[in-house]
Amino acid sequence: MSFVKLTASALTIAAATATAATARDQVQVAGSSTVLPYASIVAEAFGENFDFPTPVVESGGSSAGLKRFCEGVGENTIDIANASRRIKEKEIKACAEAGVTDIIEVRIGYDGIVFASDINGNAFEFTPTDWFLALSDEIMVDGKMVANPNKTWADVNPAFPAQPIQAFIPGTKHGTREVFEDKVILAGCEATGAFEHILAGATGDSAKAQKKAAEKACISLRTDGVSVDIDGDYTETLARIESNANGIGVFGLAFYENNTDKLQVATMSGVVPTTESIATGEYPVSRPLFFYVKKAHIGVIPGLKEYAEFFVADEVAGPDGPLSEYGLVADPELSQTQEAVADEATMGGNS
Amino acid sequence: MTDFSPSSTPPASVQTSLLTLSDRTKKRNANERRFKAYGIAAISVGLLMLLVLVVTIFGRGTGAFQQTFVTLDVALLESKLDKTGARNIEDIKRVSTFGYAPLVKGAMSAAIEEHGVSTSLKSKQLAGLLSKSAVAQLRAYVLANPQQIGETVEFRFLAQSRVDGYLKGRVSRDSIENDKNISVAQLDVVDALVAAGVIEKSFNLDFILGGDASDQRPEAAGMGVSMLGSFFMMLVVLALALPIGVAASIYLEEFAPKNWITDIIEVNIANLAAVPSIVYGILGLAVFINYMHLPMSAPLVGGLVLTLMTLPTIIISTRAALKAVPPSIRDAALGVGASKMQSVFHHVLPLAAPGILTGTIIGLAQALGETAPLLLIGMVGFIASNAPETLGEGLLSPNSAMPAQIYEWAKRADPAFYERAWGGIIILLLFLVTMNTVAVVLRRRFERRW
Repeated sequence: MSFVKLTASALTIAAATATAATARDQVQVAGSSTVLPYASIVAEAFGENFDFPTPVVESGGSSAGLKRFCEGVGENTIDIANASRRIKEKEIKACAEAGVTDIIEVRIGYDGIVFASDINGNAFEFTPTDWFLALSDEIMVDGKMVANPNKTWADVNPAFPAQPIQAFIPGTKHGTREVFEDKVILAGCEATGAFEHILAGATGDSAKAQKKAAEKACISLRTDGVSVDIDGDYTETLARIESNANGIGVFGLAFYENNTDKLQVATMSGVVPTTESIATGEYPVSRPLFFYVKKAHIGVIPGLKEYAEFFVADEVAGPDGPLSEYGLVADPELSQTQEAVADEATMGGNS
Repeated sequence: MTDFSPSSTPPASVQTSLLTLSDRTKKRNANERRFKAYGIAAISVGLLMLLVLVVTIFGRGTGAFQQTFVTLDVALLESKLDKTGARNIEDIKRVSTFGYAPLVKGAMSAAIEEHGVSTSLKSKQLAGLLSKSAVAQLRAYVLANPQQIGETVEFRFLAQSRVDGYLKGRVSRDSIENDKNISVAQLDVVDALVAAGVIEKSFNLDFILGGDASDQRPEAAGMGVSMLGSFFMMLVVLALALPIGVAASIYLEEFAPKNWITDIIEVNIANLAAVPSIVYGILGLAVFINYMHLPMSAPLVGGLVLTLMTLPTIIISTRAALKAVPPSIRDAALGVGASKMQSVFHHVLPLAAPGILTGTIIGLAQALGETAPLLLIGMVGFIASNAPETLGEGLLSPNSAMPAQIYEWAKRADPAFYERAWGGIIILLLFLVTMNTVAVVLRRRFERRW
């Protein structure tokens, strides 16, 4: 008998709660794992200072976040997507097809990408060329493209020690990967002259298509195990380096700064990555961080606009705020961003 | 086969005695001894692995239960907190946590002066020894006790994670060479304040009871809220999976005709028990969130998903328990005139109850340790909600679960979170060990053998 009663009461509870579940009252965020620490710092302070509940921040990568963002409008979809790269045309199109048309783009600041290795290993002073020669699928030797023969860093650059090349780079679902490809591999491709060589032989209908094909060929990385894609977070990259002292990993600046006892950072083109050198633009490998807000959710989900405004407020994202303390490079044009958020200016300028 | 060959006739003059062992007996005995040795070796390897696991977990995790605290007298200045002096709670609320930073800085400088510590550090760096949660703690206190503005109150703040690491031996003067979060000069001040008794390490209840904290304040993070999340999920699982599972198995075992339909059902239940748990997560996202519009990140949804996952386990163990009740009990009940339902509910079910409960507890323990299905319904992430106050809120407000919280901590940059992840594993293990012990005890105590 007790089972019958239990079943009945359980079903009533479930039914009652299900009907009560009408309105969501917390902001729901997902996306880039690079932005996650910043978003969680803001979410925590937001919950402390406002009467709204603390927003929920999930990670999973920029692409994964934007995909969920573009699933549609409604309470069962996320309100904000964090991204460590700009939203792509393709994604905007996918969004529009699902009914997500008015998107507010908010740039929160800049983040440096650093190359770090085991603290007890060799120190490196890289240039983009070194990375291209180390990791590219094909490199130019004597005016011809050949499969990458380099095995040690000394093969790449005689100034380096003869340490086997072993790189741990972010997987393709991470926004960081794209920046690595654009600012390091592609830059190296152009610097070695391989880009022009590929471009000359590229096929395509227009000059633009040819250029795109050449870029694609430039950033295709070798697949012989020398370069390992890390789909997880930076902690996974760190664990790989700890178990393989020859490994060199790609990290966010903030992550490196929290683990300076285990990692040493390499310079890029002679510049040491710090928030200062990134802010001045001297350190070449940096990228803006964004979050995207669904305008349709403002006014429906309580606290959404307040959260977005609070995120870019001077006391949070400014040069003396907690975000820059954690490793974010403050955006010099923050005041414009603040205005845009206040006006709910959507992308495409149709605000 | 090798011991006995029928073709060979037994030798005529074999002397056999019970006291002298023949070669064949010796060989058989040796085989037995060898097998025992293999068994012992297998168990030893298992135990060794367990030992390594437990030693690692406790070695790395126990640190999380202790935390470094800084005791300070803070002057709650009226000029900073309530400029109007009217003690209007709305006015006081307008001062954000950033507005409380000067109070903390002042309190820290005062403590340095009081204990005669000489340092060239500025008040900002001194206040940097404290956790970023100090201002939030202060603001929450002031909002709760606005009448105390203007007074000086003693507070026990958390120390910053690097300071905590220094007292725990994780951080040393050498390891912070490139660290911009702390300097050697700051550690000198820490040493002096430890000697003065201002900074001390003690048991940290907040690790067990508190909620998650952001990446900047690992020292403030706790398991408590995610523990409640797990609790509410288990409540849902228990309330749904137990009655449904038991009803299904009673019907299948006692009432259902044995034909090909029930055979198919049986095979499918066994299949469902082997389905990877992430599949249930995908199902939960599609059905409960996208179709039924239940809230994201809610323990209710997590519980529903885990119910689906646990049901097959409960059905299988319940059916086994019902099968173990001898048919003579049913026959006797039917013989004295009980209906089929009476025989089941009055006689069979009570006798099978210990087995059912054991199966249920093991199913719950399995669900408690599950992360994968929660990944897709938004329960893995930064979810620093406050402890829920009502049952409905507990089921519907966003929350995490213990294993999800551990996974989340293990991903974060600050090494202090790593220690907390191990500490979280200890708590989770304690729960699992308790649940499994209860299951074993129940079985031993109440199970009847025929």
